[in-house]
Amino acid sequence: MNIYKRHPVNEMKLEFTGRSINEGFARAAVAGFAAQLDPTLDELNDIKTAVSEAVTNCIVHAYPESIGVVHIKCRIFEGGLIEITIRDRGIGIEDVRMARKPMFTTGNDDRAGMGFTIMESFMDKLYVRSKVGTGTTVRMLKKIAQKGSVRSDK
Amino acid sequence: MKIKIRETEDGLVIKLSGELDHHAAKGALKEIADAADEFVPTICILDMSQVTFMDSSGIAVVLGLYRKMSEVGGRVVVKDTPPGVMKIFRIAGLERIVTFS
Repeated sequence: MNIYKRHPVNEMKLEFTGRSINEGFARAAVAGFAAQLDPTLDELNDIKTAVSEAVTNCIVHAYPESIGVVHIKCRIFEGGLIEITIRDRGIGIEDVRMARKPMFTTGNDDRAGMGFTIMESFMDKLYVRSKVGTGTTVRMLKKIAQKGSVRSDK
Repeated sequence: MKIKIRETEDGLVIKLSGELDHHAAKGALKEIADAADEFVPTICILDMSQVTFMDSSGIAVVLGLYRKMSEVGGRVVVKDTPPGVMKIFRIAGLERIVTFS
């Protein structure tokens, strides 16, 4: 799945304030963009769930004491591959390996610590890059089984 | 997210409808805890039939209710869970601690 050499067929960028009310907006927007790949309802639900987890992480963990900006970039590649990148300029994650473990959370009782586990199991690939004091970038890939073909025309 | 609470012969039924994410869970956790305090039921039935979307925030909602009910020796039953929602509960291994029907 080396997509660096490929050109995206389609792309969108989104930037919004990290308020929890926007979690629903973010997953609906990404699902709307992904709809052109004609995913099944299950696939669409997987994408919405993964986006919801990543955006919630930004709101709860990246910006614990403030309201920051959340950036989303989506790209579609030939063959039905969708790449979703969610980026914040928050406090960062000290130990990404630990954070990705199931049931690990730095949050309160109201967080289950399952966010990364769900992103990992609902998407095909999950990459997390983070630097303390700089922010976190979560990149997720999922291949949508193609019934037809995605046209690259305008 | 809408929450409807009613007392029945089978137990206290808490019916959730709509999307259960972190935004909705903040209010839901409190509302459900308040209901458990008010009615002190022996069985709490969480009706999930009308939940159209749920992420990991829902796990904490069920676990919160489970803890609350355990304190008073009560039980939690999660009812009519749609397949997409069940997928999340399964990943968290919730089947081991609460009853699904």
